[in-house]
Amino acid sequence: MSKGVAKSTAEPQGASRWLLRGHSAAVFAFFYAPIVVLCVFSFNDSNAVGNWNGFTLDWYSDLFANDNIQSSIWVSVKVCVVSTLISVVLGTAGALALERFRWWGQKAFDAVLYLPIIIPDVTMAVMMLVFFSETASWFDWIPGVNLQNGLEKLVFSHVAFNISFVSVVVRARLANLDASMEEAAADLYANRWQAFRRVTLPQIMPGVIGGALLAVTISLDDVVVSSFVSAVGGTPLSVYVFGMLRKGVTPLVNSVSVVMLAASMAFVMASLVISRATGSEREER
Amino acid sequence: MPVEAPPGDAPELEDTTEVATPGLEYQAERAKARQGFLLGLPTIVYLLIFFVAPLGFVVAYSFATRTSTGRTELRDFNLNAYARLGDDIIMTVAWRSLWMAVLATLICLVLAYPLAYFISTRSPAVRNMLLVAVMIPFWSNFLIRTYAWRVLLDSDGLVTQGLELLGLGDGRILFTSNAVILGLVYGYLPFMVLPLYAAIERVDWSLVEGARDLYASGWAAFRRVVWPLSRPGVIAGSMLVFVPSFGAYVTPAILGGNKEGLLGSYIVLQFLSARNGPVGSAVSVVVLGVMLVSTLIYFRAGGKNL
Repeated sequence: MSKGVAKSTAEPQGASRWLLRGHSAAVFAFFYAPIVVLCVFSFNDSNAVGNWNGFTLDWYSDLFANDNIQSSIWVSVKVCVVSTLISVVLGTAGALALERFRWWGQKAFDAVLYLPIIIPDVTMAVMMLVFFSETASWFDWIPGVNLQNGLEKLVFSHVAFNISFVSVVVRARLANLDASMEEAAADLYANRWQAFRRVTLPQIMPGVIGGALLAVTISLDDVVVSSFVSAVGGTPLSVYVFGMLRKGVTPLVNSVSVVMLAASMAFVMASLVISRATGSEREER
Repeated sequence: MPVEAPPGDAPELEDTTEVATPGLEYQAERAKARQGFLLGLPTIVYLLIFFVAPLGFVVAYSFATRTSTGRTELRDFNLNAYARLGDDIIMTVAWRSLWMAVLATLICLVLAYPLAYFISTRSPAVRNMLLVAVMIPFWSNFLIRTYAWRVLLDSDGLVTQGLELLGLGDGRILFTSNAVILGLVYGYLPFMVLPLYAAIERVDWSLVEGARDLYASGWAAFRRVVWPLSRPGVIAGSMLVFVPSFGAYVTPAILGGNKEGLLGSYIVLQFLSARNGPVGSAVSVVVLGVMLVSTLIYFRAGGKNL
């Protein structure tokens, strides 16, 4: 809407214009400076964190030699892969059911689907802790599932919040497509499944992938819920690092942190790039 | 991509033979509604088991009985845990959470509004770039971003040294409430920028032009036109910062000392050390209540569209 109007009305003139620019630059510096400093000091050849003492990669080789870190990375990866796959399927199905159909109880489902996003993570963590401590034995009948084991609990709880994030991203994509293509496919004798696989799925794919990458990030980064449900010996990396960094600043923590942050940012950027395709399309309309 | 042969089995054509009788259309609609429900069913069942039921258990726990060994048993339901909410310790933590969350929200608003305004008045290409630059910290690892401040605020950290160089006191703010507020602002600032941007971007600038034509000063045009139109974004952003700050646990755990715990920390303490499930659950229920009220306000303000 605002594109056609001369900038002069939107942008303040004179001194306040430069104030606005300076302020914005400062806020971006505030966003990124701490991250940059953390990265720089992870290469610092000193045990004291505040003084630059020359470049080293020692802390990174320590990191890869540390067995606890290695095994917790594996826990994180397993939980992340399995929980992301399940949440992508369930989240996409939920998004389609909400966007493409009208049925009884839809509004209630919609509301419940939003809750895991806004609920404070401590509350979510408490819910999972209480639930699993009361019901762990209920799941014994399912072959191959043993809820005494931390991994399954981690997967179940990560899926519980990631369904919502996936479905939000997929719904944003679906809302921007019109249903007429699917109807055309139906007119050409495609059955529902064919119409979905041939028409709908390719169109929502950026949303599905964007949602999946977001789920990966959230699963890898989750600390609070995971620290409540993980079992001894099965802690994911984020929980292990949380325990380490509460004790204090060490060069090893710095290097682990940088690796985690880099992974997280890479997934976020990929997710944004892929689902931004959605955004620009909408603006063109 | 290989093109498959057209489907051999005849698809159900019944629905497409349109429709002299209203009954048929009604049936088709019912069939479609059923399909939609069935499609959503696995997700519904999953959320009922792993989200709604756990929520129910927490509410039940808040009325449950704590045995002398610290176990919580779902019997003899009572209000004891809620009676404990008036205790001095809990009230102190609750007030601290409230004022810290309010303060963090206000600081975020002051920092984010000009930035959101700046971003929404850029050209589309620049705007997209800046938005991505805001969204990367929005989604990336909260724990590590908070930890980065611990590095800066450590006794020989850069900020501490800088403050001391500038002669601003002894510069050690780690483990104080200031550090916690700083951490909350840093962690949740993007939550404020994005809805504000969405609201300001939607402002119809020809209204501002009209105001200027009628001899409003730039400031007056902002105060009387842009600000009121962007208020849904202000409300939405404030909620998105306030709710997680109010229940914060990670930030005070990393940047605060023993005395800066917030409600989130208190809940964790009740479950992991004090072994008092009912009180921990009752506090969780209160936090949930605050969240629900805030969410209602958020949707009323048009939050869902932002």
